Amino acid sequence: MAAREMTGAEIVVKALIDQGVEVIFGYPGGAVLPIYDALFKQNDIEHILVRHEQGAVHAAEGYARSTGKPGVVLVTSGPGATNAVTGLTDALMDSIPLVCLTGQVATHLIGTDAFQECDTVGITRPCTKHNWLVNSADELARVMHESFHVATHGRPGPVVIDIPKNVQFQTAEYRTPAQVSHKTYRPQVKGDMSAINRAVDLIAAAKKPVFYTGGGVINSGPMASQLLRQFVKLTGYPITSTLMGLGAYPAADPQWLGMLGMHGTYEANNAMHDSDLIICVGARFDDRVTGRLDAFAPHSKKIHIDIDASSINKNVHVDVPIIGDCAHVLEDMIRVWKSKVSQPDKSALSTWWKQIETWRGRKSLAYVKSDTSIKPQYAVERLYELTKDRKTFITTEVGQHQMWAAQHYHFEEPNRWMTSGGLGTMGYGLPAAIGTQVAHRDALVIDIAGEASILMNMQEMSTAVQFMLPVKIFILNNEYMGMVRQWQELLHGGRYSHSYSEALPDFVKLAEAYGGHGIRATHPDELDAKIMEMIETPGPVIFDCVVEKMENCFPMIPSGAAHNEMILGDDPEGATVTEAGKMLV
Amino acid sequence: MSEEKSERHVLAVLVDNEAGVLARVVGLFSGRGYNIESLTVAEVDHAEHTSRITVATSGTPMVIAQIKAQLERLVPVHKVVDLTVQAPSVEREMALVKVAGTGEKRVEALRLSDAFRARVIDTTHTSFIFEVTGTPEKIDAFVGLMRGLGLVDVTRTGVVSIARGPEAM
Ligand SMILES: Cc1ncc(C[n+]2csc(CCOP(=O)(O)OP(=O)(O)O)c2C)c(N)n1
Ligand SMILES: [Mg+2]
Repeated sequence: MAAREMTGAEIVVKALIDQGVEVIFGYPGGAVLPIYDALFKQNDIEHILVRHEQGAVHAAEGYARSTGKPGVVLVTSGPGATNAVTGLTDALMDSIPLVCLTGQVATHLIGTDAFQECDTVGITRPCTKHNWLVNSADELARVMHESFHVATHGRPGPVVIDIPKNVQFQTAEYRTPAQVSHKTYRPQVKGDMSAINRAVDLIAAAKKPVFYTGGGVINSGPMASQLLRQFVKLTGYPITSTLMGLGAYPAADPQWLGMLGMHGTYEANNAMHDSDLIICVGARFDDRVTGRLDAFAPHSKKIHIDIDASSINKNVHVDVPIIGDCAHVLEDMIRVWKSKVSQPDKSALSTWWKQIETWRGRKSLAYVKSDTSIKPQYAVERLYELTKDRKTFITTEVGQHQMWAAQHYHFEEPNRWMTSGGLGTMGYGLPAAIGTQVAHRDALVIDIAGEASILMNMQEMSTAVQFMLPVKIFILNNEYMGMVRQWQELLHGGRYSHSYSEALPDFVKLAEAYGGHGIRATHPDELDAKIMEMIETPGPVIFDCVVEKMENCFPMIPSGAAHNEMILGDDPEGATVTEAGKMLV
Repeated sequence: MSEEKSERHVLAVLVDNEAGVLARVVGLFSGRGYNIESLTVAEVDHAEHTSRITVATSGTPMVIAQIKAQLERLVPVHKVVDLTVQAPSVEREMALVKVAGTGEKRVEALRLSDAFRARVIDTTHTSFIFEVTGTPEKIDAFVGLMRGLGLVDVTRTGVVSIARGPEAM
């Protein structure tokens, strides 16, 4: 019997349901009306109506990052698609699995500069893992299912399916996911055993080893975090992580050195610099992490586990590359480690830990406390203390507050920390919090924000109110684009060119205008009570935390410097920026 | 690292013959700042819908390895072979070369074309079009010689390359 013919729009919705999609983030328009009509007629998929398409993509990212499932976006042609571009680029840089459906003008109009036509596949080609223009409804089911496969397999990433309006009306036969398999895309997940063997030998022989882990461990799934913990415990070695990898290893554990990189801890960066072996798991030797390349960990051998072969030897030459999924490779490593009855070099390790403890003793995250003004670090510390025992998810915007959040909020679990790492997108945090809250209705979801960043996607407060998503926006309000101001102080003689916001809104009134609740704290003494008030408020809250304006974020490796040339908070003269460093971002 | 010498490599890339695949490959080169010295593409298997792209590029060994890994990462790419490393391989390019002139120069052009085994594929009383095939260096040499003999136009296919011996790519 021939299967029932469906319209393209129905095929889209049916494919989403069959892929297990429960929620999509979107914004309607002429070129997607048939799909919206098909959504209207069903109850399996919830649609969250955002207020800007960039918000839809970041919300889908928050959803994906906090659940491990792909996020789904639906936007119209032309401006709907171009508004999504920042979010897609963000997801590509941070390897977040997304399926973004865009409407397109009818096939016979493509190329005529029709109303709301744009070359969506052309524009999004460099900012997606892959994209498709669907020319007929016959291809639609296949492309839909393939797109989920591509987005979620190998190194995850965003994909775009551009669907002309006439294709949404055409009828065709539906095919289930089981009837579709991608012709060629089969990324390698098992690591090469001989490389794993060599790696285990190096790990056992190391005298000053360090684990350097990243977002790949989170992307690989909760099993990878479990295996990482197991292996790190077996070896007794120190571990640090990138911004994207926070939570894969519990921050409360004594082997945890804190985050590394430009605003990483003294102990993490020095351990990297002095190490004789770096075991990189799902991280990519990015410039925020390595600092000056020719001075990066000069005496170390390097093992690099990555699912993406193009990450290997891209910035830093490694001795043992292992291409595969973190969980699979870690599992094999643990097995080989046990079968070889490997033992770390106890005496070397104890010397190494002694050295690390002296670095730790430097207390690089310490800051000068104040009785009169709220220090931003103090605000994050208090927020952490008052929320750590709940099921809490943290998102951030981009700037100093993001780094303070990474330094002073501590994560014990993966998937609890959503931040824009690779692209550094101001405006990410609020929509990401919304997407996270959609996935975890009962959790406490807090966007640690800056007053400048939050204004970039402030409109999404309206989404939070409409869908009763009780996100908490915790603004560290220093009235400055603090991170820009800090660089201007360090690099441009304190000439604060356009980094001060002359006219900020009254955030308490703004919250009320949106139908949320506004809170302001200006004094350290009132902070705890106000944070409690925020937590206990059932709906969305904007918390205007008025903080010290001129505070700088330390420690800091200035651009172009090495890991052991950090600027510390209590010794800001400690390092200088070279002329070559000024050229870098 | 950056002190390493730049080398020329010829890569063969087998891809699905689908819309936009060439744009993906070219976009990757321009977006990441890699060189393209020459690029050719055509369908090689109609039933399988596969095309073969030959790219001649240059870079340090680390850059070449990156280019290969980045190409392999593209979803419609089946296979990438570095023919310069996986040698021995043979390389060919074809050019059509139009030379205009009369008298001594015309005779000399025809004489040289013979030495290069170029074929005359069009002729008028005042011009020839030669078809010449060979390595890029041979074509460079031929075109160079024609320059003094009334060269007016030249078009080249770019290199194609294939490994020697009985094995497939
Ligand atoms: C979309 C976007 N535009 C510009 C920047 C550059 N930028 C990085 S941090 C920053 C300032 C952020 O200010 P704020 O949100 O107040 O955070 P703060 O640093 O003060 O904590 C700017 C402008 C960016 N990261 N993203
Ligand atoms: Mg600010």
